[in-house]
Amino acid sequence: MGQQAEAILHETEAHDAHHEMSFWDKYIFSVDHKIIGFQYMFTGLIMAAIGGYFAYAFRMQLAWPGEEVPFYGLVDAAKYNMLVTNHGTIMIFWVAMPVLIAAFGNWLIPLMIGCDDMVFPRLNRLSYQIFLVSALVLILSFFVTGGGFGGAWTSYPPLSAVAAYNLTNWGASLWLLAVFLEIVAFLLGGINFVTTTMNARAPGMGMMDIPIVVWMINIAVILFMASVGPLVAGAVMLFFDQRLGTSFFIPSGGGDPLLWEHLFWFFGHPEVYVVLLPTMGIVAEIITVFSRKKLFGYRTILYTAFGTGGLSFIVWAHHQFVAGIDPRMANVFVVTTILISIPIAEMLFSFIATLYGGSIEFSTPMLWALGFLVSFLIGGVTGIYLGASALDVYFHDSYFVIAHFHYTFFPITIIGMFAAITYWFPKMFGRMMDETLNKIHFWGTFIPFNGLFLPLFLVGMAGQHRRIADFTQYPDLASPDLQSIRIFATVSLVILLLFQFVFIYNFFNSMFKGKKAPLNPWKANTLEWTVSSPPPHGNFAELPTIYRGPYEYSVPGREEDYWPQHLAPNQ
Amino acid sequence: MNEYLDLGLITSFVPAASSFAGDIDFLFDLITIIVGFWFVITLATLFYFMIRFRRREGVKALYISGEKHSEKVWTHYPHYGVIAFDVFLIGFVIVVWVNVKQTLPANEDTIRAIGQQWSWSFVHTGADGKLDTEDDVNTVNDLHVIKDNTYHFELQSRDVLHNFAIPAFRLRQDTIPGRTIRGWFKPTISGTFDLQCAEICGRGHSMMFAAITVHPDRKSYDETMDAIRAGTYESHFEKKRQLGPVPLPFTVSKSETDSPYAIELAQSF
Repeated sequence: MGQQAEAILHETEAHDAHHEMSFWDKYIFSVDHKIIGFQYMFTGLIMAAIGGYFAYAFRMQLAWPGEEVPFYGLVDAAKYNMLVTNHGTIMIFWVAMPVLIAAFGNWLIPLMIGCDDMVFPRLNRLSYQIFLVSALVLILSFFVTGGGFGGAWTSYPPLSAVAAYNLTNWGASLWLLAVFLEIVAFLLGGINFVTTTMNARAPGMGMMDIPIVVWMINIAVILFMASVGPLVAGAVMLFFDQRLGTSFFIPSGGGDPLLWEHLFWFFGHPEVYVVLLPTMGIVAEIITVFSRKKLFGYRTILYTAFGTGGLSFIVWAHHQFVAGIDPRMANVFVVTTILISIPIAEMLFSFIATLYGGSIEFSTPMLWALGFLVSFLIGGVTGIYLGASALDVYFHDSYFVIAHFHYTFFPITIIGMFAAITYWFPKMFGRMMDETLNKIHFWGTFIPFNGLFLPLFLVGMAGQHRRIADFTQYPDLASPDLQSIRIFATVSLVILLLFQFVFIYNFFNSMFKGKKAPLNPWKANTLEWTVSSPPPHGNFAELPTIYRGPYEYSVPGREEDYWPQHLAPNQ
Repeated sequence: MNEYLDLGLITSFVPAASSFAGDIDFLFDLITIIVGFWFVITLATLFYFMIRFRRREGVKALYISGEKHSEKVWTHYPHYGVIAFDVFLIGFVIVVWVNVKQTLPANEDTIRAIGQQWSWSFVHTGADGKLDTEDDVNTVNDLHVIKDNTYHFELQSRDVLHNFAIPAFRLRQDTIPGRTIRGWFKPTISGTFDLQCAEICGRGHSMMFAAITVHPDRKSYDETMDAIRAGTYESHFEKKRQLGPVPLPFTVSKSETDSPYAIELAQSF
């Protein structure tokens, strides 16, 4: 930090100390990274509730077609399409990204690298404000004439480009505008994350002393910023097609729908790793702490993350094997797609190897982390089926795809989110969560989650394809056996959703009435556990100096089984 | 290729009714064995570690960095195994892909399928074996082919993307407005199978279903074609659809109508 900047910093600190901030300044228009992290987190959780409610409505329709869904009403074809489209959009853009990257990125990066705030606090605030507007625009799109957009979260033109085809004139445009704004918000936030990590680390913290979760969030953000350009361009072109009468993607005007597919998936596939990597980082933090082990192969994990990120840019066309691209091109993408199993497998192996020789405590965050490894493994291996082009001829857009990506996205988003919340809750709110309720919530989520998505592999193998509101109208899919599978999945979903009330109760009850948390309840090494809980504005009373990496657990010859990063060697 | 390996995982749900369905089922079984192997090994190791190294009083964890070569091999060797299996798999995948999608074998006949919101139009060649001639036979939602004949298909679309999907044939292919996409199939079992649109195409996507009838011989096919020309044809698709509602083990609320799609269908035409 330059001298001038330091002078300004001191000045603001002195200024802050002078007066108590109003509620408005402190919580709504705050520039504090922690408050912005909370804003992202709570917005993300509210959107998750909406996304879950949508899933409930359309799963009920699939299990009991044509019956009034309790607490929703009749799901007709237009509503069904709107529900599946926005369920996907919300869960990816308004839950996975804000919670995993923006909320925990904001919260953790300055605390874990030992600095007082993000380097661009006002940019950070702007990022959240644009994000909030994007969420409101999306919600608005459900209520305009014609209803919400129903052309799937991939929004392939010409369906998405021509109002006469999608019959949701304003819904489609508002949906697109919301996605566009969301991307702008994350571009602003992302620049901030990378700049902060590269420039504002505490003295002594080398590149290889950065906690893995901070690395992962940074790699994810770089992937996002590098891949999103084509989608932004595509979104603007699609918006012009919708509203200004251009024909970028409309064949009758000389456009090409396949162009959109390329632009979309060039972003869409790296996006999977954008949300995967932060969760991988969260899991790395948790399994080292609760097995009291040094992370197995810090550098290996880091390099595999780089490898995954690099490879993710050259696999996008595996979403388009049967989309009408030149079939010879598929052979290239099969090779790159299957190759991506190599760094991911190495990363998972390293996580499992970390457990070897450990002293594993099955606390709730650890259960979530192990649950992530188990379920993501299923998601990973089933990806091999779909990456195999010849098999994709059968499985493209089938329920096998749905089951596969929910076995990746559910562990990443939902399990990763709960792992992080239960782990950092004591630091966030200064109180402990109720462990018994947490465990009830874990099993009440994890078991129904498998009950929900394992059966979908079976209906996928039976040839059931996606985005159909009523399978009983298809003679080959109407068999009572398949319908029982659908009902089983739906009942599992309802149980899963009901157990979330346990979490909501526990979350708010613990926030206000929980047991006071000690400074470092898990005996972890990283810097966020050295500040008071909850951390004050400006974080550290005294900026720390770093002496070692973040995973020095059970070091031989030391009485304590952990060795915080900021302790001088003689302490 | 399923004479080499056949676990019957997919055929327990859907018959394998085309010449390449067996190859695709073979791939599914092969991948199931390979990834099943890795899945079981990895999961077993994970659970073994979880149980073996659970926290016990007075037992301190080991200090292993995983940066030394002797330690790295524990993740690297399994990893080489993954690479070897990957290469092995890619070989099979490409062989099947080239056969199914990249080559166009000599054909006995050609059909054209045209997707539109929300139905399929099919064009059969008639006696001369050529499309776009006087004796073409047009149908809606009803496709007819003959067993053991190789067909080329031409896929077109009038409005948005659709997907020509016949699960029993293990076949899916997008249709794109403004283009003609060619491919082939060879039915091997006679019967009437579902033909779906498998790419979301708007509000009526859920009711864009059709049927493909594979006739056992040319005689049966010709009789059907004559019946279509004469207007006395009873749609196989309609016959197949009239199954009645699926019995549900229990219901959650009263429904006054057959299904919301029935209403939607009635309103949109």
